[in-house]
Amino acid sequence: MSPEILNTVEVVLNGLMAGVMYSLVALGFVLIFKASGIFNYAQGVMALFAALTLVGFQTGQVPFAHLINVIFGTDYHNWSNGINTVLAIILTMLVMILFAWLVERLVLRHLVNQAPIILFMATIGLAFFMEGLGDLMWGANIKVLDVGLPSGGSFWLEDVTRGWASEGANYYGMYIDVLDVWAAGIAIVLVIALMMFSQYTKTGRALRAVADDHQAALTVGISLRTIWIVVWSIAGFVALVAGIMWGAKSGIQFSLSLIALKALPVLILGGFTSIPGAIIGGLIIGVGEKLFEFTIGPMIGGATENWFAYVLALLFLMYRPQGLFGERIIERV
Amino acid sequence: MSAAINSGEALLSLKDISLSFGGVNALSGITFDVLKGEIRAIIGPNGAGKSSMLNVINGFYHPQQGEVWFDGALRGSLKPYQIARQGIARTFQNIALFKGMSTLDNLMTGRITKMHSNLFWQAIWKGKAEKEELKHRERVEHIIDFLEIQAIRKTPVGRLPYGLQKRVELGRALAAESKLLLLDEPMAGMNLEEKEDMCRFILDVRDEFGTTIALIEHDMGVVMDIADRVVVLDYGKKIGDGYPDEIRNDKRVIDAYLGVAHD
Amino acid sequence: MFYRESGDFKSSYAADQQTFPIRFDRIAVGVVLVFAFLVVPFVIDDYWEKSILLPFLVWAMAALGLNILTGYCGQVSLGTGGFMAVGAYAAYKLTTGFPELNMFLVILLSGGVTAFVGIVFGLPSLRIKGFYLAVATLAAQFFLVWLFNKVPWFYNYSASGMITVPERSVFGIAVTGSGAPSWATYLFCLVFVVVFAMIARNLTRGRLGRSWMAIRDMDIAAEIIGVPPLQAKLSAFAVSSFYIGIAGALFFTVYLGAAEPTEAFGIDKSFLVLFMIIIGGLGSIFGSFVGAAFMTLLPVLFKNIMVAGFGWPTDLVQHIIFMLVGGLIMFFLIVEPNGLAQLWRVAKEKLRLWPFPH
Repeated sequence: MSPEILNTVEVVLNGLMAGVMYSLVALGFVLIFKASGIFNYAQGVMALFAALTLVGFQTGQVPFAHLINVIFGTDYHNWSNGINTVLAIILTMLVMILFAWLVERLVLRHLVNQAPIILFMATIGLAFFMEGLGDLMWGANIKVLDVGLPSGGSFWLEDVTRGWASEGANYYGMYIDVLDVWAAGIAIVLVIALMMFSQYTKTGRALRAVADDHQAALTVGISLRTIWIVVWSIAGFVALVAGIMWGAKSGIQFSLSLIALKALPVLILGGFTSIPGAIIGGLIIGVGEKLFEFTIGPMIGGATENWFAYVLALLFLMYRPQGLFGERIIERV
Repeated sequence: MSAAINSGEALLSLKDISLSFGGVNALSGITFDVLKGEIRAIIGPNGAGKSSMLNVINGFYHPQQGEVWFDGALRGSLKPYQIARQGIARTFQNIALFKGMSTLDNLMTGRITKMHSNLFWQAIWKGKAEKEELKHRERVEHIIDFLEIQAIRKTPVGRLPYGLQKRVELGRALAAESKLLLLDEPMAGMNLEEKEDMCRFILDVRDEFGTTIALIEHDMGVVMDIADRVVVLDYGKKIGDGYPDEIRNDKRVIDAYLGVAHD
Repeated sequence: MFYRESGDFKSSYAADQQTFPIRFDRIAVGVVLVFAFLVVPFVIDDYWEKSILLPFLVWAMAALGLNILTGYCGQVSLGTGGFMAVGAYAAYKLTTGFPELNMFLVILLSGGVTAFVGIVFGLPSLRIKGFYLAVATLAAQFFLVWLFNKVPWFYNYSASGMITVPERSVFGIAVTGSGAPSWATYLFCLVFVVVFAMIARNLTRGRLGRSWMAIRDMDIAAEIIGVPPLQAKLSAFAVSSFYIGIAGALFFTVYLGAAEPTEAFGIDKSFLVLFMIIIGGLGSIFGSFVGAAFMTLLPVLFKNIMVAGFGWPTDLVQHIIFMLVGGLIMFFLIVEPNGLAQLWRVAKEKLRLWPFPH
């Protein structure tokens, strides 16, 4: 094979793995949207917040240390040398559940029956609030997250693929980050687990019932509030996983919250209510933007990843407003 | 079924209209007409295709088959707003008022097809735009007087009770000064007194403005009282057409309403 | 006691639909305008100009624009930052390409260019609604900023990729560049904002405004009663972008002086303006001003109190402001979706009845 083909394959593979990450974030959106009709803009910030909290526990930071020190003139930073990663993950999860409960209690409950766009804007407010809160609790400096996942290029793959190139070609093998492979694997497991959960557990069934019809679900005795808390907790869990993956890859910083924006075109492509749609949409966007950057990018100045997904989604919307897997909308009066 | 009524000139005639969604036939082969100046009622059990019929008439749905003749001409494929401009106005089964606007503004919006001042004059306001606004305001005030809703002129319609909202919606349709007025269940959910008011308004509209009216209504008493002619739909098919007295005694119509098994 | 409409009878429809039907309002607005035009220019200093008045005027302009699109026509846009960038770059190309061109004309033309771009990105609104459209406007935001970063023609091939405004004057007095006196830049912006606020009021009270609101409240019914959706939506996009373009042009030429697209016109600006109209009041001209004032003054106030007063570090205060703004957005959406303008309206209604509440 010629190096060009191999390079293209490498780009596609990397795109697929980036796509899995997008799918992971998009999944959080779909869950909340299905259960409550809310388009949760704060999903990305939830990932950031979860990752920050995890690092905070891991390294034994004192929450709000910054604020406390300023007010009381003290100089606290850490209360211990940190705790075990698994324990930290569990604690973080508890925080995310607490967060889900608070969101339901303080915000969602008061916004029942509002127009979707109002709810959307409320979650933008929520995103801002959490961003400030996360920074206030744990400090705004860029943090390194290490949960023990391997990272770096795979030498094995490089060696194997080097052999594929034709004799004498100037080819050094494919570079694929092991962390990406891990992330992809974990994402797949997570998706399967979520599907099993919604298919085979009682809560899962209630969840699907609510997604289908709020009123009908209420009449058979399903508590909408409990469901919302459950869903937001699951979304919090998905955010935590996404936060770990992205955080381990590129450090925990503000830009992490922007992955939420990347998930939007994924949703447009896949439809807001379809879990398989979110996954396939994510893969299409991941591969699409990497290929576009690889082939067309150099001609027009590069960095096309900033907008490619949105423009693709936009063009797609013009053609098929309900997404790949959404149902055709029949309008009534 | 009675012999065709050929006394007047038809304002609207529908010929062999069929409409389906996916595989479901909402309307199949419907033919009827509405004469100038009459009140024509469309009745039928739930799901008979009455609202779909109105949606075809004002162009929101496009039938797969059939012809719509309006005001003496065959209608091509037009957008709903273009059809509104030709002179068809309507009200909706579930009130479709503009909730964020006042009664006055809702009625003024009903006249939108008759207003033409351009962006520039709108921006300047003084001059053409204001003159046009005042001219139409006078017409709208006339309708407000007619419907006796002076007191709620400036109230946002979202705050009004149901009966009044229905009346404002009628007012919005009247403001268009259309040739044909479509009313989709104008009396649904009203009490007796409100219904009587509404009947009076509908009759007055025809007599005072000379508007032709096609209406959907479930209250048979009302229909038999105010309609000149009635068309009956069931499962997307026409099963009766004629004067109220004839319809009252039509076997198929009675069967459809009493739920005799379809064979 | 004097805030009354009784005794203030309207004898014509024209008098009934004037902008400020109550005499007290007319007087109050007159006083504010006289103060803004005749008093402020004489007392303004550099601090007031740079940290409060200019940002307020620029953001008020942008909020007016977004409110026309989102508040009146119901189309949510997250592309405000991108459209402001269009205005800024249009102004830059015009001032550097045609040095003799009058500054008023430069700003207006920049608005025109932005209106055109706005129409192009508004086209999807014909097929898609709600937050689908919001995502489509994100495409505008990211694509436009990328474009101004990557195409050297836009920044005249400068090595840094920045754009810097040349000094230009109106009636012989500099309004751009570092030499421009505070009162001149202030008056320059004020003229635009006042004139275009009046135009916005006119546009929203007539045929066009009603067709926007009809589309916002119930688009299907609107089309059926005769509102052409294409015309209504695209005109809203055009007018809104025109305003936002002017805001962007003023922001760059008069306020910033030099700009770099990612920094000056990022997505955070889109959110900022959206927050202004939510807090101020969707579908309210007055609300646009209140929201702009609120969002400009809040950080200044907090910085003054916490940083200057308590001696807290700036970044900490920044985080608190973030939380506060986010919290306020949720608060307003829950408690008063019509924003501060509605609170003001309620207060006025109470005042009309005062001192006899029943």
